[in-house]
Amino acid sequence: MNRILACLARNQLLISLTVLALALLFPLVFPSQYSIRMATLCGMYIVLALSLNLITGYTGQVSLGHAAFFGIGAYTAAILATRFGLNFLFTFIAAAIVAGLAAFLLGLPTLKLKGHYLAMVTLGFCEIVRLVEMNWMGLTRGPLGILNIPPPSLWGFTIDAPIEYYYFIVALVVLTIKLVQNIVDSRVGKGLIAISEDEIAAEAMGINILRYKVMVFVISAALAGFAGAFYAQYMSYIDPTSFGTDQSISIFIMIIFGGLASIPGTIIGVIVLTLLPEVLRGLMDFRLIIYGLILIAMMLVKPEGLLGNINFTRIKKAADGKKAGELK
Amino acid sequence: MKPLLGIERVTQRFGGLVAVSNVSFQIFENEIIGVIGPNGAGKTTLFNIITGIYKPTEGKVMYDEGNIAGFRPHEITQSGLARTFQNIRLFQNMTVLENVLVGMHTRTKANLFDAVFRTGRLKKEQLEATQKAEYYLRLVDLYEHRHSAAKNLPYGSQRKLEIARAMASEPRLLLLDEPAAGMNEQETAELMEFIGKLKALGYTILLIEHDMKLVMNICERIIVFDHGCLIAQGEPEVIKKEPKVIEAYLGKEA
Repeated sequence: MNRILACLARNQLLISLTVLALALLFPLVFPSQYSIRMATLCGMYIVLALSLNLITGYTGQVSLGHAAFFGIGAYTAAILATRFGLNFLFTFIAAAIVAGLAAFLLGLPTLKLKGHYLAMVTLGFCEIVRLVEMNWMGLTRGPLGILNIPPPSLWGFTIDAPIEYYYFIVALVVLTIKLVQNIVDSRVGKGLIAISEDEIAAEAMGINILRYKVMVFVISAALAGFAGAFYAQYMSYIDPTSFGTDQSISIFIMIIFGGLASIPGTIIGVIVLTLLPEVLRGLMDFRLIIYGLILIAMMLVKPEGLLGNINFTRIKKAADGKKAGELK
Repeated sequence: MKPLLGIERVTQRFGGLVAVSNVSFQIFENEIIGVIGPNGAGKTTLFNIITGIYKPTEGKVMYDEGNIAGFRPHEITQSGLARTFQNIRLFQNMTVLENVLVGMHTRTKANLFDAVFRTGRLKKEQLEATQKAEYYLRLVDLYEHRHSAAKNLPYGSQRKLEIARAMASEPRLLLLDEPAAGMNEQETAELMEFIGKLKALGYTILLIEHDMKLVMNICERIIVFDHGCLIAQGEPEVIKKEPKVIEAYLGKEA
């Protein structure tokens, strides 16, 4: 097992490029509308799950309100695009900014809370946001939802074919992975991981805990807002039912299943859990039971998730170190 | 000579309990001071006050002539104090090297922007920080294990790693909370030698310790606590004979 991991770690770049190549070839091999749509949704959930992983996986702060920021981003983009006809560059950035701002205002007073308390507050926040979306008729049209959201277009080129959306989300996924990876690999990322390991020690090492938590919460929410903008313009229709606590929890389950604080784990978790209900479709009403059983089995057999606690950068360094030792 | 650290009439109450009562003492540059006293005497509470985990109910903590009482722990580390913990608090799943790198947090600058865009400044700083971290690891003889997870180190090495991590924040004053706890005689002897080396490097050291051999041998002055009060301070020879100290440890003669 360790040797397999070391081998994977050594060939990280090769594996990443292979996966990317497969992702790019996917719609050519499976050109049906259905498969491209599923793949596009997977991509969107990867962005959502990776962003949640920043706060929950790497920093260890349980947030059950991620769908709220997803929804805020979606509504921001939808309203700006339908009422003001703004270009997608603006709607996407505005979605990220508004979601980030909401996270800032929520995080400042609440990120002092720990564990279950933070989970409760974020869950409550998610419900509040859903109720606002449901009842602020003037802004969101409530349960009627917002219709006819225009597709993203730039300089006369409009993204409207499913395959174009697919490549658009692949680009977003690559950017998100790079962003998360860069943050985690830096001094800032080490500070975040230190917070998740031991807050008292992290603070004693000079890390301003509250500032770091708020900062990562804002980044995480902004990325979710970005995914929301994509969702709104991809679906061209949104209503509050997509952004409830059930959505928050399913994103949360994806990162737990794949393994906290692991990028490849998150990707695998999202793909497995997005496709599972589709594969089980034949079982009709039993599929949710099967889905639940699989999750329970997972928690019993491997509670840290598929790739939890496996850090390829560390494995690689350890392997390199060993090799250097042998050469000496 | 001005003291490096001056505790001035510090009192800490938790509800009705007085954990530290009206304590004053001073520490001068490059001294090694030991704090001793029975369990529950308020030694660790004192450390927690100095490092900002508690804000003292009354009194001042003068460090380098400024009052740091009520500062947040990260601000205190920034100003040049670092500590280890009685019940080791390493970042268990991080590697040995990463633990020390986190220790350097206040002395490195790369921000979120540098991180996201992997600027030249970040890369240069990461390289320098790694080299410096390796220097600290060599000091505590853990260089060979730099890529192991901290939790996989033996107990004595974990204590040493905690000291290296504290040193990485470039403090002038090191606070060591029971550094020899759980160590065997051999390890304790090594630790004593190492603390002597720290003094030679210019550090000022305040340590809590139950191992009397260690305290009596390396500390220049000793401060004795009992029931939250400072009951004696002075050189080891004086402290050994002080009736109040003997009473606190052995009880009053009938």
